[in-house]
Amino acid sequence: MTQTDVRKPAPPTRTTAGGLDPVARRRLRRSLLHLILAVVAALYLSPLLYMLVTSFKTGADAGSVDPQWIPSPATLEAYRTVLGADDSPVLQWLFNSVLAAAAHTLLVLATATPAAYALARLQFRGRSLLFTAVVATLFVPPMVLLIPNFLIVNELAWVDSLPAVIVPGAASAFGVFFMRQFFLTLPKDLEEAAEIDGCNRWQIFVRVVLPLTKPALATLGLLAFLANWNDFLWPLYVLLSPETLTLPAGLANFQSANNIHYELLMTGAVIASVPVLLLYVVAQRWVIEGVSRSGVKG
Amino acid sequence: MQRLTARPSATDKERSRGRRPAPTGSRSYRWWTPYVFTAPYLALFVTFVVAPIGYGLWISLHNWDINVPAKPFVGLGNYQELFDAGSVEGPRFWRAMRATGVFTALSVPFLLVVPLLVALLMNGKFRGRNLYRAVYFAPYVLGVAVVGLLWRFLLDGNIGMVNHYLGVIGLPDDIQWTTDTPAAWWALVGVTVWWTLGFNAVIYLAGLQDIPAELYEAAKMDGAGPWQRFRNVTLPGLRPVLLFVVNSTLLASANMFGQSYLITNGAPADQTKTAIFLIAETGLRRFEMGSASAMSFVLAAALMATSALVFRLFRERQEER
Repeated sequence: MTQTDVRKPAPPTRTTAGGLDPVARRRLRRSLLHLILAVVAALYLSPLLYMLVTSFKTGADAGSVDPQWIPSPATLEAYRTVLGADDSPVLQWLFNSVLAAAAHTLLVLATATPAAYALARLQFRGRSLLFTAVVATLFVPPMVLLIPNFLIVNELAWVDSLPAVIVPGAASAFGVFFMRQFFLTLPKDLEEAAEIDGCNRWQIFVRVVLPLTKPALATLGLLAFLANWNDFLWPLYVLLSPETLTLPAGLANFQSANNIHYELLMTGAVIASVPVLLLYVVAQRWVIEGVSRSGVKG
Repeated sequence: MQRLTARPSATDKERSRGRRPAPTGSRSYRWWTPYVFTAPYLALFVTFVVAPIGYGLWISLHNWDINVPAKPFVGLGNYQELFDAGSVEGPRFWRAMRATGVFTALSVPFLLVVPLLVALLMNGKFRGRNLYRAVYFAPYVLGVAVVGLLWRFLLDGNIGMVNHYLGVIGLPDDIQWTTDTPAAWWALVGVTVWWTLGFNAVIYLAGLQDIPAELYEAAKMDGAGPWQRFRNVTLPGLRPVLLFVVNSTLLASANMFGQSYLITNGAPADQTKTAIFLIAETGLRRFEMGSASAMSFVLAAALMATSALVFRLFRERQEER
């Protein structure tokens, strides 16, 4: 207790150590962080840029050992070839994808929403059984459904037609779970008031509840659309003829047919990316919110 | 989209247990109204989820070919064959299971850690945060078909950009990413991390934002450094989210198909052909559906066992605290 007790002078604050005052130092650190983030983000997206760039190249340039970031000459030749190819009707695939994803989205919303509402608000025999069953299937690995669902779809004569990629996926428990969770957060007062005013359940659901549900419907709709748009394995095996394919399945066949014609492959990939990227740019916030909600509050 | 954790809240239990409906006795709906609400979904659910589980088991007990009318019952024969090293399907199946296992073991750690780092970086308050978040999430919306085509090109052993830039910084520039192991494994893992990083990062970020700031303040007051704060505040706070992320990432990795189909096409010598790839090929190309169904149940059992193990690990860790 002799030496240690001596009061030391306050140690120099760390922030001034570099000869800069704290504010300037913090500002420097901040801009450094921004620089790093911006560089990493640019690197992160560079493969997508290169995909776009390559789609404007000639076949020889696309297959060249030296990657050029600015195509010279720039040409629309690949687009002309891809859009004009008879055996791979890319525009038809695009149309099929839009149609399937839109129909699938509507089907998910139209079936999951009322079911979720009943599970959240109505009393009925078998409710807890249904809910338990829905929850239980979330633990069933989806690969066991692949073969039997193919046979069921075959019985329905849907193989090689769009209903095969529209309907079965809508049975997923995700939508019901997601919407039920949302309904449970709504206050009951409005529904009770409508009940006193003599509305029946259907009227209450359509006129009172649904208008409050728009953000959740938008989020679920976007997630369903994206999931369907990007689904790969199922359409690859359940759709067969060139004119019924969706884009992902079409692109896979396109790849095996055009092995090393990378300018054509990248053009196909660009055509498949543009609609979904546009949707993402517009609705980014809801997509991300939907995904984060599926993890935390599910 | 099978990405959910099921945690019925206390109020659900209360509601489903006991309490008789509508205490006033004046329900504004008929007894059948709820069934009308649920019927459309129920029809889908039974047809495409409940029935197929039983149907799949049934198929797996038969020698089932879609084009052959006779489907003889073989009991556990299909399963026995899978565990018989001398059969045709057995070794093929376990090679595929090994591929799925290797990919899962290699990819899951990266898919858990890298997005967490990104989420921690994004959790600060700075301008453009939402923009960066959107950037890291962007590849995920493209889907595996576009991602697979793109990276098959970039990873091309001869003209690929990846090898080109490896050469530029003085590393070997002739790695055959799509046809050699172990390079192909790193290619598949790298592409998967690039593609899905944003998904887990967004979920982590939501979890991080649910941790009360006071906890960090309190830890700081107690003299905890950044690492200690991460260890004692952030990680425990992320627990529920972490459990969800681990399980959904495991499931996604065990289901890996598109990357392998488009980038390596199973090369070399089916070493990167995953179990789900083999199941689809066996059942939906060669139409040996009994065998394929048996494979899918074995794969599902392996996956469920792994998930159960993860749950237990998490619970043990919780009890230690």
